[in-house]
Amino acid sequence: MIKNPYLKEKIAFTLLFGATVLVVLPVIFVLFYIVKQGWPAINWEFLTQMPQKGMRAGGIFPAIIGTLYLVLGTLLFALPLGVLSGVYLTEYARDNGLTRLVKLAIINLAGVPSVVYGLFGLGIFVVFLKFGASILAGSLTLAIMVLPIIITTTREALDSVPQSFRQVSLSLGVSKWQTIRHVVLPHAMPGILTGMILAVSRAAGETAPILFTVAAFYLPRLPKSVFDQVMALPYHLYVISTQVPHVKLEIRYGTALVLLIIVLSLNLVAIIVRAQFRKKKKW
Amino acid sequence: MVDSCIKITIVDLSASYGAVCALKSLSLDVREGEILSVIGPSNSGKTTFLRCLNRFNDTNPHFSHRGMVTINGIDIYGNIDVEMLRKKVGMVFALPTVLPMSVWENAAYGLRRHGIRDERMIALSVENSLRAAYLWDEVKDRLEAAALNLSGGQQQRLCLARTLAVEPDIILYDEPCSGLDPISTAKIEEAMIHFKDKYTQILVTNNTKQAARVGNRTAFFLMGQMVELDATNKIFTSPSDQRTEDYISGRFG
Amino acid sequence: MLERHWTWHRVKEFLIEKCIYLSGVTSIVIVALIFIFLAKEGFALFKTVGVGEFLLGIKWYPISHPAQFGILPLIIGSLVVTIGATLIAVPIGVASAVYISEVASGKIKEVLKSGIEVLAAIPSVVLGFIGMMTLVPWVKAVFNLPTGLTAFSGALMLGFMAMPTIVSIAEDALNAVPKRYKEAALALGATRWQAIWRVVFPAASSGIVAAVMLGIGRVIGETMAVMMITGNAARIPTTIFEPVRTLTATIAAEMGETVRGSDHYSALFAIGIVLFIITFMINLIADIAVHHKAK
Repeated sequence: MIKNPYLKEKIAFTLLFGATVLVVLPVIFVLFYIVKQGWPAINWEFLTQMPQKGMRAGGIFPAIIGTLYLVLGTLLFALPLGVLSGVYLTEYARDNGLTRLVKLAIINLAGVPSVVYGLFGLGIFVVFLKFGASILAGSLTLAIMVLPIIITTTREALDSVPQSFRQVSLSLGVSKWQTIRHVVLPHAMPGILTGMILAVSRAAGETAPILFTVAAFYLPRLPKSVFDQVMALPYHLYVISTQVPHVKLEIRYGTALVLLIIVLSLNLVAIIVRAQFRKKKKW
Repeated sequence: MVDSCIKITIVDLSASYGAVCALKSLSLDVREGEILSVIGPSNSGKTTFLRCLNRFNDTNPHFSHRGMVTINGIDIYGNIDVEMLRKKVGMVFALPTVLPMSVWENAAYGLRRHGIRDERMIALSVENSLRAAYLWDEVKDRLEAAALNLSGGQQQRLCLARTLAVEPDIILYDEPCSGLDPISTAKIEEAMIHFKDKYTQILVTNNTKQAARVGNRTAFFLMGQMVELDATNKIFTSPSDQRTEDYISGRFG
Repeated sequence: MLERHWTWHRVKEFLIEKCIYLSGVTSIVIVALIFIFLAKEGFALFKTVGVGEFLLGIKWYPISHPAQFGILPLIIGSLVVTIGATLIAVPIGVASAVYISEVASGKIKEVLKSGIEVLAAIPSVVLGFIGMMTLVPWVKAVFNLPTGLTAFSGALMLGFMAMPTIVSIAEDALNAVPKRYKEAALALGATRWQAIWRVVFPAASSGIVAAVMLGIGRVIGETMAVMMITGNAARIPTTIFEPVRTLTATIAAEMGETVRGSDHYSALFAIGIVLFIITFMINLIADIAVHHKAK
């Protein structure tokens, strides 16, 4: 064995650094490779045209629009419900066995595989409520998938607000809701916003939950109502890379790049929002 | 004493948190415009007593009480508007807790939340409160600055001003100077003495000297019971109970 | 002076608070519905197929006549991929967490952290696609196999995909260790490595256990990438260089072709229940590990 502790330290730190490189280098490779291979495909036609010749030519416009609709729909359902539920669980619910059970269930639901949410969405929205495979069913499924994320981040953000702020406000005769509205929520806002944006980016990139609830294999037109099916970017990428033979590599990589750009820019927005609020909060 | 001078009447008040009894059959009157000092070792029920007066214990689900508290003859544990009660019974906490806003918005916070929209009225009230808390001259040039940048003593006076702005009748102080330096403490005490007659004030403190300096009367609490209540002078020179004497002479506590 | 009045303000507040309450209740109902619906659709299978036959049957022939619904090959498929991914991800992930939390400083730390955050954000279908295009041919060539779509490729990819979970949670756990522990060790003349290895690491161990558990949960639940990379053969593999099919990929690949209410449909829901139970347990263990630390 090596006796010199400083030599030992050097070896250990080198190994640790090596491990970190093993994690980070492939990330750089993946990003670089997709950009390099996909960039040539990206042009105005690709982004704004319908796919043609069984997706072997043309653009990905309906898939982009479909993803946009799904994200908006998800947000519409999940944001108010998630934030208000977070407020309820943190500020209003009595601390009893039922509340603790619900909190535990919500935390653990965040770890349930997305394909299971797909099954649930199929069972309840598509079949039981007879929405069929539709934007409505898909958005609701994605909303329920991200609900635990939004509730959990909201709760964490609310918990980070010092209890003394609430006490001071209440001691001035300010009502509970006013206290939450004017003291607690402003302080928790960055956390809530970050959670929301991360939830959106998750919804934009997920494939499994929309497989049986909304996604259309090939549908070169735009939806007319929330009961229509749509194409969606992640599913489209899956389809053209595994289900349809002889699709040009360029189109596949281009689709992957567009999806990646959408998801990563949402994450970037989350990071910027967080940083902005932190700067402001310093005072 | 004639009845009209009595502001708060407490009759046989007991309070407990779950199985832990914090206050045992307390009865006392607080006179209008006086400063009542409450002294006693920790866990003697002082803070519980204070929090019974603005129903601040209500937020604790394990809290329960027996007995009666009336303010101006109204039973405050009856069917009343708790928010209005807390507006009328202001509270200053042990640690200065300014809200993460500007100095100005801190002082104006209560007013805004109580629905006052008229900026001129708010400005007037903020300035008066800050003056009354002996803070105006120190902060008048930086009203828009973050309240968190003030010193601890200034923050506590801002908390006092914030309480004054909503125009209470009664002010409760829960060891308001425990974290402050002597100069800041002196300023708070000066303000309190200045407020005599205008507000009824109850000061809970661990600092017996402070109780002696500002209190008209002083109550000594021990293990959830009031041992003695008398004129401050009397308590500190010739208390009638041996335990009071032991406490103020520093034999325990 | 203290009577209650019903002002417009009060009415508004009352309504808002009712809304909040209603949202809370709705969320609770949704949580309950998830359990109920999965159970309702899945348990229908057990009218025709026994639980033992389902879990331990070695034949998954859902569309033959008569159909066979044994998910053992799928369980083994998931298990092989998960174990492989765990063996790769845990040592590397925990080591990275230690490096980022304890050794790296300033700019480098920020760059590494954002690299890992980016990885967490990449959709799994994109990683699956890249894996198909680069990793799969590479595995085929290097190990001289008839196909690169193997459990091994899946394990490599999933190990990579589990990194963000493991690294970020383990790093939180390491950061939560009070600085004074480390400082005390250094003051006694320990080297930084000794302080990390002997003091910080043990103190963070329950958090690291949680990180590992959640990483495993992530791997078991992963669907798209694994479906695109592992070859999807529903039989028990003899080596890791053979195609396998996981529980998740089975649901994703077959649900589109089932008849609603058929045994096959119910069987896929029953697989969903199995997945749900497994991941729920894993999360619960992670949760307990974290709370254990809190005590």
